[in-house]
Amino acid sequence: MIPTIPQPAFTKWCYRAYVTIFFIYLALPLTVVCVFAFNNSVFPSLPWEGFTLAWFFGSEAPYIGVFNERSILRSIGTSAFVAVWVSGLAVVVGTCNAFLFVRHEFRGKAILYMLMLMPLIIPGVILGISILVFSSSAANMLEDATGMWFDGLRPGLPLVILGQFSFITTFATLVISARLQKFDPSLEEAALNLGASKLGAIRQITLPFLLPAIVASAVVSILMSFENFNTTLMLVGSDSPLTITMFDKLKQGSTPVLNAVSLLLIIVSAALGLMSLLFQKRQAPS
Amino acid sequence: MKSDASRLGFYLLFAPILLWLVVLIILPHIGLFIVSISEKVGPRQYETGFGNYAAFFGEPLYWRTFARTAIMSIAATALTLVLGFPIAYYIAKLTRGRTKTTLFLMCMIPFWVSELVRTFGWMILLRETGVFSNALQSLGLVSGPVEMLYNDAAIMVGLVYTSILFMVVPLVTTLDSLDDSLIEAGYDLGGSSTSIMREIVIPHAMPGIVSGCIVVFMLSLGNYLTPILLGGKDSLWFTGMIYTQFITRFNWELGSAFGFLLLGLSSLVVFLGLKLSGQTLSQTMGRS
Repeated sequence: MIPTIPQPAFTKWCYRAYVTIFFIYLALPLTVVCVFAFNNSVFPSLPWEGFTLAWFFGSEAPYIGVFNERSILRSIGTSAFVAVWVSGLAVVVGTCNAFLFVRHEFRGKAILYMLMLMPLIIPGVILGISILVFSSSAANMLEDATGMWFDGLRPGLPLVILGQFSFITTFATLVISARLQKFDPSLEEAALNLGASKLGAIRQITLPFLLPAIVASAVVSILMSFENFNTTLMLVGSDSPLTITMFDKLKQGSTPVLNAVSLLLIIVSAALGLMSLLFQKRQAPS
Repeated sequence: MKSDASRLGFYLLFAPILLWLVVLIILPHIGLFIVSISEKVGPRQYETGFGNYAAFFGEPLYWRTFARTAIMSIAATALTLVLGFPIAYYIAKLTRGRTKTTLFLMCMIPFWVSELVRTFGWMILLRETGVFSNALQSLGLVSGPVEMLYNDAAIMVGLVYTSILFMVVPLVTTLDSLDDSLIEAGYDLGGSSTSIMREIVIPHAMPGIVSGCIVVFMLSLGNYLTPILLGGKDSLWFTGMIYTQFITRFNWELGSAFGFLLLGLSSLVVFLGLKLSGQTLSQTMGRS
């Protein structure tokens, strides 16, 4: 079944139909989420009551739009705060890891590399509970020993940041390492010959070369952090990020305000996703 | 000869990864294991023992949920493979240039969107007052509203939807690398479509199939949102039980034991998958 081999028209037609159905299946849930954001009804379901923008801009109950719903706005802020921290930390550590794995040979490198990949195969829920258990027992121990409070080790944003960081760093490391492997070391040597210091050469030559990968991994980290649910669920305290807030609202029974948030999320994530692809594409030719 | 400066640089690079892996991955899992083998005998008094694991095997609800989670994850993986393979083949072999990029992107966009949003979409479609129910009624196929949510089929649809990209991407990558002329040669030598599929295409795509299956199985096993939201209150999923033990019942010892069992199953499947296909973890994960 390749273009150069003729196939019966019926087979071809069936195949095309299947592919079309598949893409409808892919698009359907997102489409209905978006469409019902504009339904003038308090339930995100049929019948269609007419077009409205109230779920975005409305300010009178029950039509409280996204931009006037405090709990959602606050949780978007929380998510953004977490995402910036996670992405910053993941990129810094990921870059260090890339240099370590690409530039250095040392004993136990293969084992360390395997360990570095581990977070990919640990289910998010387990990652969450293990960090929860560990930090709580650390907090108990420290509190018993010193008599002070260690709130940072109790469920809350610092733990959410650490939990997400613990597996997102692996992705950052993989993306940045792949780029660093393509770097021609003679460029750096040339800089050293021209009198640059070691750090100067890295800053002036190597880091600019890595920049597309760094930006791409930062974008992907932000995306993953924003969307993470499983790990976050176990570590969350009183300030909940967007996905947790939405989950709680969804369990209580939802109004189309959730559709409106989802629509915004879809737009932002698609934009971020395309952006990361563009950056990765830019690094491909060189 | 290594200068002191480069040694220092090496240790500076070594510190972050060590901190990350030891503090956030290794120690927490050791801690989790220690908690899972401690039994509460009184307030703040613990004894070491495998009582929590015994509780798991002694209580049918626990191990049946575990088995159910595993079986449904296997089913979801198989279904994802069967549904995803033709799509990957179509994208890799039957499209060129811009169409290919577009189809590929169309596959990816849903997966950049939060899983919560995707699941929410399925809830709107499947629920009693939802789109499908209304469509069936207006077509006159059913007389009253039908509830399609809160059953195993709904969970399956959701699981397949959530993970199909992780099947399609590695498959497209491996199928892309299969030279068309090999397929042509198969036809020239008189092979039928089925035998070519069996003898040439599938063996070539095997690494991609294994990567895809491993990732999809892991994602299904560890999934929380889809079974809870689409399966309703009575649907049992092992991650849900872990959550209940930890957050609702506050029985961390039993919850940790559950966590370890889930981790064990998931690692076992990854290990077996890699062994059977003779691949390494870095190859597999690098692809997806």
